[in-house]
Amino acid sequence: MTEKVILAGLGGQGMMLLGRLIAQAVMLEEKNVTFFPSYGTEVRGGTAYYHLIVSNEEIFSPVIEEADTLIMMNLPSYLKFKGFLKPNSSLFLNSSMIDKVDVPESVNIFRIPATEIANDLGNVVASNMVMLGAYNAVKNLISIPTFLSCLQNVLQGKKAPFFRVNKLAVERGIDFVNLSKK
Amino acid sequence: MEPTYKKPETLIDTPTHYCPGCGHGIVHRLIAEIIDELDIKEKTIGLAPVGCAVLAYNYLDIDMCEAAHGRPPAVATGIKRVHPDNVVFSYQGDGDLAAIGTAEIIHTANRGENITVIFVNNAVYGMTNGQMAPTTLLNQRTLTTPQGRDPIADGYPLRMCEILSIIDGSRFIARTSITSPKNINKAKEMIKKGFQTQIEKRGFSLIEVLSTCPVYWHMTPCESMKYIDDQMTKTFPLGIFKDWEIDN
Amino acid sequence: MSTNKDQKFLLTGNEASAEAAILAGCRYYYGYPITPQNEIMTHMSIRMPQVGGTFIQVESELAAIYMVYGSAAAGGRTMTSSSSPGISLKQEGISYLAGSELPCVIINMQRGGPGLGDISPAQSDYFQAVKGGGHGDYHTIVLAPSSVQEAADLVFDAFDLADCYTNPVMILGDAQLGQMMEPVIFDKKQKTDLSAKTWALTGARGRKRNIVKSFYPVKGELEVFNTKLQKKYREVEAEEVRYEEIDTQNADIVIVAYGTSARICREVLRDAKKKNLKIGMIRPITLWPFPSVIIGRVAERVQSMLTVEMSAGQMIEDVRLSVNGKCPVHFYGRTGGGIPSPKEILNKIIELSTIKEKVTCATS
Ligand SMILES: Cc1ncc(C[n+]2csc(CCOP(=O)(O)OP(=O)(O)O)c2C)c(N)n1
Repeated sequence: MTEKVILAGLGGQGMMLLGRLIAQAVMLEEKNVTFFPSYGTEVRGGTAYYHLIVSNEEIFSPVIEEADTLIMMNLPSYLKFKGFLKPNSSLFLNSSMIDKVDVPESVNIFRIPATEIANDLGNVVASNMVMLGAYNAVKNLISIPTFLSCLQNVLQGKKAPFFRVNKLAVERGIDFVNLSKK
Repeated sequence: MEPTYKKPETLIDTPTHYCPGCGHGIVHRLIAEIIDELDIKEKTIGLAPVGCAVLAYNYLDIDMCEAAHGRPPAVATGIKRVHPDNVVFSYQGDGDLAAIGTAEIIHTANRGENITVIFVNNAVYGMTNGQMAPTTLLNQRTLTTPQGRDPIADGYPLRMCEILSIIDGSRFIARTSITSPKNINKAKEMIKKGFQTQIEKRGFSLIEVLSTCPVYWHMTPCESMKYIDDQMTKTFPLGIFKDWEIDN
Repeated sequence: MSTNKDQKFLLTGNEASAEAAILAGCRYYYGYPITPQNEIMTHMSIRMPQVGGTFIQVESELAAIYMVYGSAAAGGRTMTSSSSPGISLKQEGISYLAGSELPCVIINMQRGGPGLGDISPAQSDYFQAVKGGGHGDYHTIVLAPSSVQEAADLVFDAFDLADCYTNPVMILGDAQLGQMMEPVIFDKKQKTDLSAKTWALTGARGRKRNIVKSFYPVKGELEVFNTKLQKKYREVEAEEVRYEEIDTQNADIVIVAYGTSARICREVLRDAKKKNLKIGMIRPITLWPFPSVIIGRVAERVQSMLTVEMSAGQMIEDVRLSVNGKCPVHFYGRTGGGIPSPKEILNKIIELSTIKEKVTCATS
């Protein structure tokens, strides 16, 4: 098993945290993982993107040329990375911020209104967790309890009250995919 | 109807790479306005620093040169010695001017080099993610002073205008800010005087501009403006520190 | 950070290197910010106060390397880190460190050059690192990690090698290695059997005074010193060469690559196997001393070698010297922040494997 994921969004949409938490969770489950964040000189307003590779085998090249999955939070991200989709790969879109897509037919598209769902929960910032829930409901990459315990480790002290809404957001993401499957 | 406020000719019409609320854009505009007003667009040569303003040549439609980190005054010296009748200015951040380039700025001032330096002091290293700068305030938290700047470990904020004003070679030294229209106008007046000092061949001029970095100050743009007025100016008082006109 | 053996941490190469330095007993760190190695500095600014060490954000790389010189002369375990433009500034100090035989560690997370270049990964400082970027007849020992785990492990070795040979040691990484996160375990320890630093400046109490210097003005003295230095370098070459050798036994073509390029080439090896191509690899871990002997030996039994670098071709010169005409040595490289893709390299190999070079070589 090897899963190559590109996560991207506007700086501030929480893709760094999400990618790192997934990486941490799979690490705890004894899988190999490489997580490569974009870094740059333009601090705000740009596209922040992350390469995440998870595998049972040793990971050699840390650079993704063809992705199994894209998790895209806004339109500029989608436009930047749609070329990385290989046949039969999966595209998870934050449909609150991306309306039109034009990718090959073999690509499985999952439209998740992540910003809206997070907004309904009272915290837009949790849209990343909605995407995680949806992604994992399809791909089953991580164990959700492990992921949540990693999240809890990050949300300490003043941030502790935010755990609940983030957990809810993960669950809503899972439900959204499961309901639309039916 | 004739517009009363428009883009200076020297300013290039292009999207900015600066973060929301950053002060560099304001200072760029002032320089462009002054170059237009003094009608020196065709004889001005600018030095871009290494720092957030490394791309200053994308915005100012004049001859410009890049210099290694901290070295703009040395490169400017080299240019000015070849073209003594051109207007040569360097544009530098606090890390560039007051840390890695301290030797260059002091000796350039001491030689009375006839150039103008625009020194943008935002109290952090913007480009490299917000580390402590030589001008970081005491107790100010930065990436490399996670507990706040502690004078015992990290030293004190360096007041460059005060230091440079006691050097015999300097002619015009002033500190300004960009926190209000009034202060922006004042800053423009001072920078213009710096250029005039050079044009009249009176020697070294430096104008410090207290500027914002909302991203690495972890503040909104409005809060950062207020931070300059309430906090920064306590350590870095505004004013003219040396003026050939008065000293004469 | 707790340092329970066997505990896994998810860290960037930068953070892992910094934490390893702390665990290896480094207590004096001096640096100047530069992307893509800022996380080393950030980590040190948090950790040094916790372990009673010194962290100084210095006014320039030039000053930083001389602070390292001072702490090394005083007997401390000391380190600085930077990326390409900053490492250029340090070269003068590195020459003085080598000339005064002082131990220290310097990390270079390379970025694209020349000049200000950019902040993306590159391997274009190879010449500077292994040929002595400063003046004089000297060498720094150069280690090249290719994973976050190895970045941590080699920091321990770097400090030990530096102390053992009283010589500066450089770790040559790149932006990719510095920025990416991987699981890492800190299970190495600082060597305990190193000889005491009797030469260190501690105050001449109850002993003859020590002098740390690189100046030999009396005619003939400098040559004597240089001869001694060269003798030390020969010893390092004999004892400390490290490399990884993969599938070279029956290989037609052997790749030579280090660091991030080597990781990408490992992927190529996997892909090549599926295409029934017989490809092996030698990954130098020490760039100086260079694994010349093994490369020369392997060259005798292969069709050709291919050097892959994120540069316009620097290490290839050492590969060619090692091969010494025994087989053709080809090159594939990307520059200016470009990272070669496994596909590009595989195409190059397919192209090479269609030429029967060894034969033409032998007859011509
Ligand atoms: C020799 C060298 N060292 C370090 C750097 C990395 N570097 C780029 S910009 C910068 C600091 C800039 O800070 P400042 O001068 O305050 O300007 P600002 O970005 O805040 O406008 C540093 C350290 C470099 N480019 N060259």
